Amino acid sequence: MIETPSVPSSSGGRQGVPRWRRAPGQPGLPRNPLLLAGGAIAVLIVVTAVFAPLLAPFPADAGSATHPFAVLRPPSAVHWFGTDQVGRDVASRVIFGARVSPVIAVFVLLIAGVIGIPLGVVAGYFGGWLDDVIMRVTDVFLAFPALLLALVLAAVLPPSLTTVTIAIAATWWPWYTRLIRGQAASVAGRPYVEACRALGISRTRIIFRHILPNSITPLIVQISLDVGGVILTASALSFLGLGAQDPTPDWGLMVAEGQAYFTTAWWLVTFPGLAILITAFGFNLLGDGLRDQLDPRRVMLR
Amino acid sequence: MKLELRGLTVRFGDRAVVDIDHLAVGQAEIVGLAGESGSGKSMTTLAVLGLAHTAGARVAGSITLDGAELTGLSPGPYRDLRGRRIAAIFQSPATAFNPVFRVGHIATRALRQHGLAGSEATDRLAAAMRSVLLAPDLLRRYPSQLSGGQLQRVAIALALALRAEVLLADEPTSALDVTVQAQVLELLRELRDRDGMSILFISHDLAVVAEICDRVAIMHAGSIVEQGPAARVLAAPADSYTGELLAAVPTVGPGAPP
Repeated sequence: MIETPSVPSSSGGRQGVPRWRRAPGQPGLPRNPLLLAGGAIAVLIVVTAVFAPLLAPFPADAGSATHPFAVLRPPSAVHWFGTDQVGRDVASRVIFGARVSPVIAVFVLLIAGVIGIPLGVVAGYFGGWLDDVIMRVTDVFLAFPALLLALVLAAVLPPSLTTVTIAIAATWWPWYTRLIRGQAASVAGRPYVEACRALGISRTRIIFRHILPNSITPLIVQISLDVGGVILTASALSFLGLGAQDPTPDWGLMVAEGQAYFTTAWWLVTFPGLAILITAFGFNLLGDGLRDQLDPRRVMLR
Repeated sequence: MKLELRGLTVRFGDRAVVDIDHLAVGQAEIVGLAGESGSGKSMTTLAVLGLAHTAGARVAGSITLDGAELTGLSPGPYRDLRGRRIAAIFQSPATAFNPVFRVGHIATRALRQHGLAGSEATDRLAAAMRSVLLAPDLLRRYPSQLSGGQLQRVAIALALALRAEVLLADEPTSALDVTVQAQVLELLRELRDRDGMSILFISHDLAVVAEICDRVAIMHAGSIVEQGPAARVLAAPADSYTGELLAAVPTVGPGAPP
């Protein structure tokens, strides 16, 4: 009590310092709790997926193994999350599930990006009739309820993880085209792009070095926010029986199959459900964190 | 004549926004193109750069550089010409540089586009920077770390390093404050006297035009209503519109008209 005659004004420290002023010149992305928490969850999921065979107590249960004499056991020291209707260890299946839904999400976002980004940049940069054609096509896709379109596609194609991936990607890219198009159109009108043209810089180079980097930021944020959304959609399709098939340890499928037993065996639905929730939550945090971090106003101030 | 426009029209659909009978810029001459906003000054620049089509306009008539016809030139050769022989600087230097690159990167890249790379490019750029009175070190900065005046001088240095013969200066001083404006004007005068550059100086500011230009063309609604030696046109305008423009220039002091 004697040793600290704390004078608020001089001890200041980090308090009172504007956020963008902290740690000037610090390379890379500065500390941001949202980003850290989201990143930690993302890393956790990747580690779980990679080391699933080592982490899972009963790796064989993620496949077609059945144990008729150990069905629907509640959570215990042996079976942390209990066992399901055919006696498989739910914990092992949830752990192996990290290899299914998140992987679908990665591929969906990759495909949606590969289709959506070039179309958006082309529409935004060139404008005119090309812009009209591309945007009307995306409008058609957007006008149709996404889940319904995915359902139709998933119903036409044989039910599998590939089908789910294709079906969701087909409904996902128009959003990215829209987002990038608006950005690209605004960047294309900026004076430095005109200055590039006046310097004789080629169109390809303008698009790749000036338009794309300056319009990609909101998309990076959107993509990270969408990881959760894709996992939920994939789970919904699996839940409806159009995606992963038993014995694939897909979280959505596990919830779908477990719901019949929910009143007597709550653990069947709860743990895979929690896995979906945590994954979606983690990537949403990551997206929010990235949005704060990449906010152009803050970048400009640094 | 270095740069000559004859019967040049720029049209959006049926509407001609530029209709110039004749406008020429000689070697080592600064020609002012003045007029109110919307009179077609900037579209004229775009047309000379061969970029009017990017704004959705159609160009007809004749634009010659050293007697060689530019209209109808295919995109490739035109691209070679832009920057190297005809350079342009714009109104707002702060936005004419991509904020994500260091200004030196943009400058080096532009030189490379025209076949200059390595130490020769670096030397030329450094020399050009010194002749616009900037330290070559500033090339390592990002656009946001330079002032508007500094950026405009970097843009001019780039035109200089590219050894451009014609400089299209589209309102180059309008976004700068008065003291910086004077520096940039002085610099343009030097480009004319020392480097023999031909400059088409576009401005709505008649005071600036009077200060720097050898000849002046007054533009109104897409056409040139009057042109001639700067001193003559601004002292004794023959066209009523020029008179109106001159009357619109604010004067400072007790003797100012009401």
